[in-house]
Amino acid sequence: MGSWFARSRSIPYLLKRNISFLHANSSCKTLPPYKSPHGFRERPAASILSFRRLESTLAGKQAQAVAYTDDEVDSDADGENQSIEFPGGRVGFTTQMEFISEATDKRVPCYRVLDDDGFPIAGTRFEQLDEETAVKMYKSMVSLQIMDTIFYEAQRQGRLSFYLTSTGEEAINIATAAALSPDDIILPQYREPGILLWRGFSIEEFASQCFGTKDGHGKGRQMPIHYGSKDLNFITVSSPIATQLPQAAGVAYSLKMDGKEACAVAFTGDGGTSEGDFHAAMNFAAVMEAPVLFICRNNGWAISTPVSEQFRSDGVVVKGQAYGIRSIRIDGNDALAVYSAIRAARMMVVREQKPVLVEALTYRVGHHSTSDDSTKYRSVSEIEQWKRTRNPMTRFRNWVQANGWWSDKEETELRGTLRQQVLKAIQIAEKTEKPSLGDLFSDVYDKLPSNLQEQEKSLRQTIKRHKQDFPADVPL
Amino acid sequence: MAAAILHGVGATTPLSSVKYNNSRRSLPGSGITERKRASFVIQCYGSLSSGLNIGINRAVKLSTNAVATKQDSVTASTPSKPGHELLLFEALREGLEEEMERDPWVCVMGEDVGHYGGSYKVTKGLADKYGDLRVLDTPIAENSFTGMGIGAAMTGLRPIVEGMNMGFLLLAFNQISNNCGMLHYTSGGQFKIPIVIRGPGGVGRQLGAEHSQRLESYFQSIPGIQMVACSTPYNAKGLMKAAIRSDNPVILFEHVLLYNLKERIPDEEYVLSLEESEMVRTGDHVTILTYSRMRYHVMQAAKTLVNKGYDPEVIDIRSLKPFDLHTIGNSVKKTHRVVIVEECMRTGGIGASLTASINEHFHDYLDAPIVCLSSQDVPTPYAGTLEDWTVVQPAQIVAAVEQLCR
Repeated sequence: MGSWFARSRSIPYLLKRNISFLHANSSCKTLPPYKSPHGFRERPAASILSFRRLESTLAGKQAQAVAYTDDEVDSDADGENQSIEFPGGRVGFTTQMEFISEATDKRVPCYRVLDDDGFPIAGTRFEQLDEETAVKMYKSMVSLQIMDTIFYEAQRQGRLSFYLTSTGEEAINIATAAALSPDDIILPQYREPGILLWRGFSIEEFASQCFGTKDGHGKGRQMPIHYGSKDLNFITVSSPIATQLPQAAGVAYSLKMDGKEACAVAFTGDGGTSEGDFHAAMNFAAVMEAPVLFICRNNGWAISTPVSEQFRSDGVVVKGQAYGIRSIRIDGNDALAVYSAIRAARMMVVREQKPVLVEALTYRVGHHSTSDDSTKYRSVSEIEQWKRTRNPMTRFRNWVQANGWWSDKEETELRGTLRQQVLKAIQIAEKTEKPSLGDLFSDVYDKLPSNLQEQEKSLRQTIKRHKQDFPADVPL
Repeated sequence: MAAAILHGVGATTPLSSVKYNNSRRSLPGSGITERKRASFVIQCYGSLSSGLNIGINRAVKLSTNAVATKQDSVTASTPSKPGHELLLFEALREGLEEEMERDPWVCVMGEDVGHYGGSYKVTKGLADKYGDLRVLDTPIAENSFTGMGIGAAMTGLRPIVEGMNMGFLLLAFNQISNNCGMLHYTSGGQFKIPIVIRGPGGVGRQLGAEHSQRLESYFQSIPGIQMVACSTPYNAKGLMKAAIRSDNPVILFEHVLLYNLKERIPDEEYVLSLEESEMVRTGDHVTILTYSRMRYHVMQAAKTLVNKGYDPEVIDIRSLKPFDLHTIGNSVKKTHRVVIVEECMRTGGIGASLTASINEHFHDYLDAPIVCLSSQDVPTPYAGTLEDWTVVQPAQIVAAVEQLCR
């Protein structure tokens, strides 16, 4: 069949010449057949295409019948400007076999406003913050940091069973919260307590949840840091990774039905993007045109797995286009960049009712959690470098102070007050009563069903009989 | 618990007109074809929480021959209109439509539920009536659209998630177990999840192992969810409505082979209780507990047993989680013998849990160990004969009862 290679001609050109495929070989000039089975000669793609065409007259007839119209004819020999129709729409075709490269020459750049020292970069465009917002943001970042430090220490002292810090990600936490509206419903992963802080969750409420007291919103049912507040539109943290992402599509769907001017905001880390739920959620949101703002905190580490072992793509931002979702990469340690970008993204999501993906690059300065010692898999110098020279709080503080809105004195005062507040909250929470026995069984269903009533009765009887074997501080 | 609004309706189910989706009807192995089944009376009893012995309620004895009982011989407790006849999938649709009409927050999501009308036509016509947003076609990602349903439920909607086949919901197990069942509890009661997850399951006609899953066994342990199984058009509609109105997540199990069952159901609105079982036939000798499709195999066996002089009491347990131990208990106290007939596998099935539960609560009333007839612990084979042998057949039920009542 080698001699049947037609010269590179556009298919319409051939059709125009009314050549029946069975006789194509006789009337067309032929290219010299390529010799090497592995290499490609000049214009090989065309040869192969025509070879395939000649093989199957059925396919050929189809090519004849489909898509070819006069106004699309371009007798340009490459055949680049023709298009065919397939389910999914018209698609141009090319006679050049070109594989899309797995990586672009340059990585997608990240949007940044402040330089490493906290000074606005020349030519940068950002949403200006007023003094009140900027100061509140900075104070919240400090609160988050202090809360994290003290709770972490409390765990180390054995007063808490578990804790997870957001060290290094304060800018993402607070700037995002500031940029959103209180009506926006948050579906957190677990490293976003700053949003609750911004919205008014008190230190005492944080402590109640962590210590599992009767005052906690979770009624002592979840482990620490699994906060949730319906009033503040923050859906309770659920441990399995990325399960909140498809739920975001549902929340957005609900908001859409309500016609509310709000969106669903779903967080995940770099590790969470490997979960199947991430891909399905992105796909869903795009297809349903659901107003979801996906925020990926790419902090470089998923416990001990670095991003180089998590995915081979250029981070997470490039995945947006794969699903038909607009995306942006931002410097997550730059509070102003985060604020501006999230404001813009949110506006797009709400106005256009379409999902948007934001990848915030940052670094997880702390360990994954209190159950982790990250010095086992990364160098201490790396951690120190990020802590000292690339601290989001330092950068933002410099900018706020440069504007004359903050001072060292206020800093010391604030830190002192907050420290006292947090320590006190912990002390109170430690002494507060735990939830009563009835809370073991309530809320499993809306009303207590017979089997649970029975089980509760049985448990109470057992406790009564063997009082000394059960903890005395749990109210019955 | 929600009170049951049950009418004592006598409904004739002409099983001779039962059509299955698949045209292959004969069961060469067992020698019993569907056409030979008798008609029988299905009677639903009123509120069972009164503690009355079942026997006191109006009872119509099963006719001892294979002739269909005429409708006028049935005592209806309420002066209801004659009602209308429909197939089970239409009953489900009717229930769904009534609830969507009543509450604008009710919505449906699943694969091909929109304009295609659903693989079993349960949602047919709904997209035209309520629009694409309330009857949502989703991409193929069960964990995702279940998760989406959960998210929507937490923010005020009442979604009904349809699994094209229950077996596919195994992909949604993470969402169902870790989130659906738990979030109301772990959020301290702040977020409720009034979702209904429904779909066909069970062994069909040569659908192969992956399409013949009995998911009720896998899901029964998940705390926070309720499970019900419908078996007749009457209870299908009632349970669908109850499930939608419930604030708890409910999983409604339908059966692939029961969608074309025909029955006459009341015109007026009714909602059944999610936690109650259905007394299909009262009796004295033995309590046969069953649900879904096995109910029909049991009734077929019951006919034979009656001919042989036995008097079985048949209860369609309907509520798989929690069990209606009240009705079941009363029955056990009366008959002292229990046979459980299920389609689940032997290990870890509904029957296994039910056996444990009855033994625990009613041990003193049992005269003999509980007999549990279930499918073997094998994937469901494709070959028709093998498939039949893996499902409990009426002959086995008859044999088990005879053995038990010796």
